[in-house]
Amino acid sequence: MRDVAIIGVGMIPFGRRDEDTLVDMLAYASMHALDDAGLGDKGVDAVYVANMGGGILQHQTAIASALVDRLSLLPAAADTVENGPASGASAVKNGVLAVASGYYDTVLVAGGEKMREVTGWKATDFVATLTHPEVEYPYGITLPGMAGIFTRLYMEKYGLTREMLVAVAIKNQAMGALNPYAHVEMLITREGILDSPHSVVNNPAMADPLHLYDACPVSDGAAALILCPLEMAQELTKNVPILVAGFGQATDTHALQEREDPTDLKAVTLAAQQAFKRANLKPSDIDVAELHDAFTILEIAESEHVGFFKKGEGGKAVLAGKTKLGGQIPINVSGGLKARGHPVGGTGVAQLVELTWQLRHELPKERQVKNAKTGLSVNFGGFGNNVLCFILKRGGK
Amino acid sequence: MAVDMELELVLRPPEVPQAPYPAKVITLANGKRLVVREARREEVPTLLKAVHPTLFIHKDYYDIVGARLYAELLGWYTHRTQNEFCLVGQVDGILVGMVNSRMYNAKTGMSLHTLAIDRGLRVGSHLFAAKMEHHIEYLEQEEVLIVAESPIGFRRWMIEYGLEPTGIPHELGGAPSYRLTRELYFATKSRLVVGDRPVPPALLEAAEREIIVADEDMIREKIAGVKGR
Repeated sequence: MRDVAIIGVGMIPFGRRDEDTLVDMLAYASMHALDDAGLGDKGVDAVYVANMGGGILQHQTAIASALVDRLSLLPAAADTVENGPASGASAVKNGVLAVASGYYDTVLVAGGEKMREVTGWKATDFVATLTHPEVEYPYGITLPGMAGIFTRLYMEKYGLTREMLVAVAIKNQAMGALNPYAHVEMLITREGILDSPHSVVNNPAMADPLHLYDACPVSDGAAALILCPLEMAQELTKNVPILVAGFGQATDTHALQEREDPTDLKAVTLAAQQAFKRANLKPSDIDVAELHDAFTILEIAESEHVGFFKKGEGGKAVLAGKTKLGGQIPINVSGGLKARGHPVGGTGVAQLVELTWQLRHELPKERQVKNAKTGLSVNFGGFGNNVLCFILKRGGK
Repeated sequence: MAVDMELELVLRPPEVPQAPYPAKVITLANGKRLVVREARREEVPTLLKAVHPTLFIHKDYYDIVGARLYAELLGWYTHRTQNEFCLVGQVDGILVGMVNSRMYNAKTGMSLHTLAIDRGLRVGSHLFAAKMEHHIEYLEQEEVLIVAESPIGFRRWMIEYGLEPTGIPHELGGAPSYRLTRELYFATKSRLVVGDRPVPPALLEAAEREIIVADEDMIREKIAGVKGR
């Protein structure tokens, strides 16, 4: 197996991109990544495209075939990867395996979603199609509903409080305000969303005990990256190569109700353990993390399940400032899904693009984790039933 | 052209006296203070500058809301609309949204439009709530007839307030009206209507001194840009 490096990355600002089609967005992000890698007209051997909803929301399938044609990358191999909100990391995984195996040398991975051309109700319903079709979806469960149930149980078991959730929202929106790619560039205050009596309107209950500002926005957006063997990185690009030091993927029961302890995100733990083992690192070695905070509770729970904090300590860590820039382990310095946005198929790729920028030390000072050498991402599919964890490392081995 | 007051008296709809809306201040999610106050008729030309760019925003029905609101404000300014009022929302003097409405008769209010310029802060929700507060609590009306021109409006008003559907055609295009009754208003007030009174004098004075309107490009960007929610 060859070591694999990320040699180019690209992203477009997330938000509401009415003027762009899904393929437009994927193409723009891909062109940025190709330019960043400096591949010029060399093209790539293969393309993997992460997308969850093109068939439902745009009535368009075979997105990868459309993208290679748009980008004149023919006759590159092209596959679309659908794995719910973890589609992005799944597509990167496929790219990494293809390069590691020696089958392809250069691979473009793009992920994107166009969710804002339908109403919020339809977007929520579309995401809910990942739930169990017999025991969950027909009863009206949605992802916010599942997150609400999960949060209530977490509160009962671990003493999690709303103050802790609010602290995640404030932290991530503050970072999003510094990120030109973020969908939400708006600061929020504890007074405005929790302490003031006016917060009852500003931040209404969404799926009790979760409130409006506990959830990520519904976004359009795309991100892309270029993979190649580490040994070829120097001849292909001037960028500092970012090594894919390890990844892990694990699954859990489809229906939440079948889990022995629904607060135990086993797939997150297992995916992280595999990634750490492959990278020969431990949680305390990680300098920066991008966790899948579709809801504020998930950032806290994932920070515990990957091993940054003990169970029940993640919320306290947020309140203590341990997860902010300059803290013990900066989490979601990009703003996370909460502020950068969550175009579902694009998120897993966007997380790795952000980590690449961090590890290449290319971000402005107010968003750069000083001397970051290692980064970790968690891309959370379903409600934790299909999870991927990546660990990246600056430079070579 | 000189106004022929004799003819004006024929052209102008009769008005009944309206109680004023007492200004209030709301803390927004970003911690800033939203002053909600009743606009004065002479402020209409300034408000129109903010409405004008929305005529060309062809999303979320901003164009039709803008066109109708523009006409309604002009109607109020030129005394061609009966018993209209307009509430404005200002943050640091800057106009972030407005609502207008009118008394159809002493008992019934006719809700007209809600225009949020700054989005993502629930400015529209706060202003719509203030409009209902005025109808029910200060104008002491029994009911308000409401329609929504956009799915966002439908979700905000019809669903959040649990409004009653009626078969009464609304004057905005004849769509069947939904009704906010006094009973419904007071049942939902605790979770939808907020604000502190009196507004600190310095804050109110700053709001009343000048309505600051962003330029047209900025308004279009705020409403319809990539970051527009």
